[in-house]
Amino acid sequence: MSRPTPPALRAVANSVGVLAFLVAAFPVYWMVNSSFLDRNEIRNPVPTWVPFGGDLDNFRTVFATDQFVNALRVSLMVTGLTIVVALAFAFVAAVAVSRFRFRGRMSFIVTLLVIQMIPVEGLFISQYKMLEAVDLLNTVVGLTLVYVASVLPFTIWTLRGFVAGVPYELEEAAMMDGCSRPQAFFRVTLPLLAPGLVATGVFGFIQAWNEFTLALVVMTREDQRTLPLWLSTFTDVNRGTDWGGIMAGSTLIAVPVIIFFLVVQGRMVSGLTTGAVKG
Amino acid sequence: MRTTPRRSAPPLRSSEERRGDPGKADTARRGRRTPLPYALVLPAALALALALGYPLVRQVVLSFQDFGLAQQFGRPPEWVGLRNYRDLVGDGYLWRVTLRSIAFCLVNAALTMLVGVGLALLMRHMARGVRLLVQTGLLLAWAMPVVASLTVWQWLFDTQYGVINHLLTQLGLDYAGHPWLLRPLSFFFVATVIVVWMSVPFVAFTVYAALTQLPEELLEAAEIDGAGASSRFRHVVLPTIRPVLLVVGLLQVIWDLRVFTQIFLLQEAGGSARDTNLLGTYIYRLGIGGGEFGMSAAVAMFMLALTVVLTAPYVRTMLKQEAET
Repeated sequence: MSRPTPPALRAVANSVGVLAFLVAAFPVYWMVNSSFLDRNEIRNPVPTWVPFGGDLDNFRTVFATDQFVNALRVSLMVTGLTIVVALAFAFVAAVAVSRFRFRGRMSFIVTLLVIQMIPVEGLFISQYKMLEAVDLLNTVVGLTLVYVASVLPFTIWTLRGFVAGVPYELEEAAMMDGCSRPQAFFRVTLPLLAPGLVATGVFGFIQAWNEFTLALVVMTREDQRTLPLWLSTFTDVNRGTDWGGIMAGSTLIAVPVIIFFLVVQGRMVSGLTTGAVKG
Repeated sequence: MRTTPRRSAPPLRSSEERRGDPGKADTARRGRRTPLPYALVLPAALALALALGYPLVRQVVLSFQDFGLAQQFGRPPEWVGLRNYRDLVGDGYLWRVTLRSIAFCLVNAALTMLVGVGLALLMRHMARGVRLLVQTGLLLAWAMPVVASLTVWQWLFDTQYGVINHLLTQLGLDYAGHPWLLRPLSFFFVATVIVVWMSVPFVAFTVYAALTQLPEELLEAAEIDGAGASSRFRHVVLPTIRPVLLVVGLLQVIWDLRVFTQIFLLQEAGGSARDTNLLGTYIYRLGIGGGEFGMSAAVAMFMLALTVVLTAPYVRTMLKQEAET
């Protein structure tokens, strides 16, 4: 990109860039801004663009409701359990796929690719019936089961790239120095994989934390709602929507995700586009 | 999850980048007959079989049964063969929903690609600071949880106090109190804005990453040889990013065919469900909303078949790259 850009083109590019920034970022800004405004400012025909004189009342309201705290608890349990189980399962599978060549390896990979593409809407009816039959509707275990299955293909695929990125020669060298094969794996390869595991885990967190559709299907009882479900039912058509409260709730849900996302995205984008680990 | 607009894309592997492949390890261990890899794959395979495989089989059976509210309360389901499918094919509504889904999918995928690729191309020519600004904005939009972004957009499009109505009114247009979700066409306009807004970042970043692989010397050589901007684009830039464009475009089509959350939440916020249902919401409302499990299973099978047709070229591309390793 060292070649100089003609000034006219640069001017156009820059203006489009600023416009794109405004359109992309404004909704996020507006969410945070509105969360600080009180009812009168929200219900003013002239919008309040900057939250001068805003306060934390909306956040207080949110935390004061049992529903929020309860949804937070459910979300944390489901998300945590999903990450632990999915990472453990995916990790061993990724090792198998990238370190061994075995009969059925290729069909396993094809299956993962195909599963990855199955729309959740194409199966949730029978997943609902299945969980209903074994009394797992409205349970953390039930939701975790379907979550694990839906993050597994992507997790295995990504981890496999990370495992392949650690040269097998390192393990061989350790074995020559007297390590057994498991020792070589746990002492040499595993520490090198830590960043990959963290990045993949964070991605699993984001997926499970944000997921809406399956939660809607599995968690039909109000006391088992996850955060996204709670947020979606916050609107009250009859009493008039409390937009300040909703924006406060949205901010609370979004902020951890945005932070996590910014941390891992550089790594994941390169992982997504090349399948290889850089750096 | 598979539906989130975060859109955890399966990795696109470009053929030249292939560091640390299993090739060597494979040869090192090939020929060794050991049950170890099977044991390692087992937990994942079991989880997938239990949570996806079994429901799939169950759904096929369900779609051949009369399974409505009576069965939900204990009456044994009756085997009706292809009746559910026949009823659906004869029902004009399913076709309306299908056509609507396909139209929505194509419009959204095309717009997303247009904006995303355009931004990626322009990003190369922006001043450094502006480029950073754009990337920050795109990252923020990308990182927003889907439900949170839905609430914000609803608030922006709010009839009474929404910023968008306010701004349009300021411009002298008659948009005071305009109800955006009431009419289907305007409902889908809002849905499109939201879907494109949250999908563009993935396209822009992926294509931009592909553009950084451009052979700079080749561009210079072409310029010295007198190739104009458009022919440089056609003969150097386009061939370099074509594989990425194909896969990203295909993923957009697949993803946009199954939008659920956006449509569902906008419907809850005041759209007419019947006039705005796409395949996903139709299945949900028919089955879990209406208790018609047999029928909704049949629609779901139809949707799966549609996805398989669309996905085949994607899987083939990925496998070709896999075989090259």
